[in-house]
Amino acid sequence: MNIINIENIAKIYEVGTEKVHALRDVSVKIDKNEYVAIMGPSGSGKSTLMNIVGCLDTPTQGLYDFAGENVSQMNDNELARIRNKQIGFVFQTFNLLPRSDALHNVELPLIYAGLSKALRRERAEEALENVGLQDRIHHKPNELSGGQRQRVAIARALVTKPSIILADEPTGNLDSKTGEDIMTLFDNIHSQGNTIILVTHEEYIAEHAERIVRLKDGLINQDEKVRKRIRKTSAQMESN
Amino acid sequence: MLKILFDFKEGIIISLKAIKANKLRSFLTTIGIFIGIVAVTTMSTAIVGLEEAFKESLSAVGSDVLFIDKFEWFGQKDWRYYRNRKNITYDQYEALVEKYHKAAAIAPVERTFGRTVKYKEKSAQSTMIYGTNEQFEKTNGSIPQTGRYMTDIEVKASRRVCIIGSDIAELLFENEEAIGKEVKIDGVPLRVIGVFEKKGSGFLGMPSEDGQIVMPLKVFNRIFGTRRRVQIAVKVADVNKMEEAREEITEVMRIIRKVPPGKEADFSINQQDAIMDAYNATIGVVATAGIVITILSLFVGAIGIMNIMFVSVTERTREIGIRKAIGAKTWSILTQFLSEAAFICLIGGVLGVIASYFLSLVISKLLPTSMPVSIVVLSLFISVLVGLLSGFLPAYKASKMDPVEALRYE
Ligand SMILES: Nc1ncnc2c1ncn2[C@@H]1O[C@H](COP(=O)(O)OP(=O)(O)OP(=O)(O)O)[C@@H](O)[C@H]1O
Ligand SMILES: [Mg+2]
Repeated sequence: MNIINIENIAKIYEVGTEKVHALRDVSVKIDKNEYVAIMGPSGSGKSTLMNIVGCLDTPTQGLYDFAGENVSQMNDNELARIRNKQIGFVFQTFNLLPRSDALHNVELPLIYAGLSKALRRERAEEALENVGLQDRIHHKPNELSGGQRQRVAIARALVTKPSIILADEPTGNLDSKTGEDIMTLFDNIHSQGNTIILVTHEEYIAEHAERIVRLKDGLINQDEKVRKRIRKTSAQMESN
Repeated sequence: MLKILFDFKEGIIISLKAIKANKLRSFLTTIGIFIGIVAVTTMSTAIVGLEEAFKESLSAVGSDVLFIDKFEWFGQKDWRYYRNRKNITYDQYEALVEKYHKAAAIAPVERTFGRTVKYKEKSAQSTMIYGTNEQFEKTNGSIPQTGRYMTDIEVKASRRVCIIGSDIAELLFENEEAIGKEVKIDGVPLRVIGVFEKKGSGFLGMPSEDGQIVMPLKVFNRIFGTRRRVQIAVKVADVNKMEEAREEITEVMRIIRKVPPGKEADFSINQQDAIMDAYNATIGVVATAGIVITILSLFVGAIGIMNIMFVSVTERTREIGIRKAIGAKTWSILTQFLSEAAFICLIGGVLGVIASYFLSLVISKLLPTSMPVSIVVLSLFISVLVGLLSGFLPAYKASKMDPVEALRYE
């Protein structure tokens, strides 16, 4: 059963009189519990595609079906509802609220979901514990390392128990060791039954995924399964 | 409804953080509102105070008393027109008493101001002296605190008695007993038979009843002469029939003064309402000035808030992007910024109310003031309203931001 069904979408930006084709004609289907990496040169349309998949943006043309709902026709508030309930976003630059502590950052999606304070707190603490930050819940972003910030962002993405996790270059601002830790975390999240789509420039990061979609000039260039490889299990990660 | 309250609650929590992060800026922003609220609160406080004081000084006399006089209070015509009318005389008063029986009390009144009253070597200056009859007690509403009022017999027999205001009593007698003592006015000795109860200062320089002396009209005429005009005070029996009484008295007076039918009456019938109207007109001017100042400063304040909210929205573009990305709806962002603007204004309003409270304490040394709860509530309501209005455009801009653009903002 496809959770994402994209058919012939295009995204065209108009800059002055010029038209920029960020995406020309992209069709892709993604199943539940898939682990997909999107790769491609800079400017090939990866972020544009991610934004459309994540309902932050709508395509200029084409059809986007998310969990059976036609997203391409939705208004702003309906999109906001989908983003809140079904999608967890992780960004390259973390995008945490600088004045709020980790706990509040993670609680935020639950506030917009209208949950009670007690329930919010409980679930936010649980999510922070899952990313190993139980002793950092009252730290503000500037009191955390890059890797820790990204963990907070991942906790925030997970806290609503979304249908898919989207990550646009989640390791782009991290050193390779920290990036590897974050990827292990993603592997873990995937093994718990989550659907993950991530954008990356690095082959070794992409190899964590099961499938790699390559974009070029707003078109899908290649879409292939990754060869079977030995993954670090969560048990191994604990022992690290 | 609950959802709206919930959004506002969250909005206020968020805005508190934002305000805390920008304490000085928020404070400066709120100065316009602060001044506006000080203006509106102080103004209405003063007006309410004036009104209370005024009504109090009027109520003693009562609105059920008609004053027949050759002058019209706050008349439309040139004062010379009224001056040229013939004086109302004592005989006309007597004729009225004879012909008009429906009154609760009728008093002929002559008065003179600026007289000196002496007791031994002490003296009281600038007193207001009334020559009248025993019914003046009812038409004027001044009741003796100690002693008694003059009687019908004392008036008829022109006894040299007087009732004095409390200020005069304090000045002349200090701790001595005033009743029974003899005071002198223009060398004529008069026995004090009563002291009026204390009324407090007169309204806006109006002669205070505490500085008045009342004596029989004939005695008054003997001291000050008979050339003064008489004013006839008529206390109407039924307050609900003021208009009727007015018409009847006009009829009777026309006959007494021999005004030919069809010609304009050569006297006027005045009522406290006329003072009230004139007072209201004055207050109207004061209030209008106050409202103009208030609106101007609130307007300036509102522009300031709007400006700072636009800055705030732009500065927090990324934050807005983040909130939208994780599911904030248009409405949530709107309420967040609206409540921030409203909250900043409310702070200005609260500070304004506190400042006006202290200001009113200072003003109360000069003018009677009082600050009713309704004005406090109104002021706070106005501040919140200004916040909501001036915050609307910035908040709307924030709520309509495109999440992708907002997240990309540096
Ligand atoms: N708001 C916009 N207005 C105009 N052009 C845009 C806009 N957003 C993206 N583009 C253009 O669309 C194309 C795709 O951009 P996109 O951000 O999707 O690339 P990307 O593959 O994510 O690149 P990178 O690897 O550098 O992040 C680029 O040519 C870019 O200039
Ligand atoms: Mg990109």
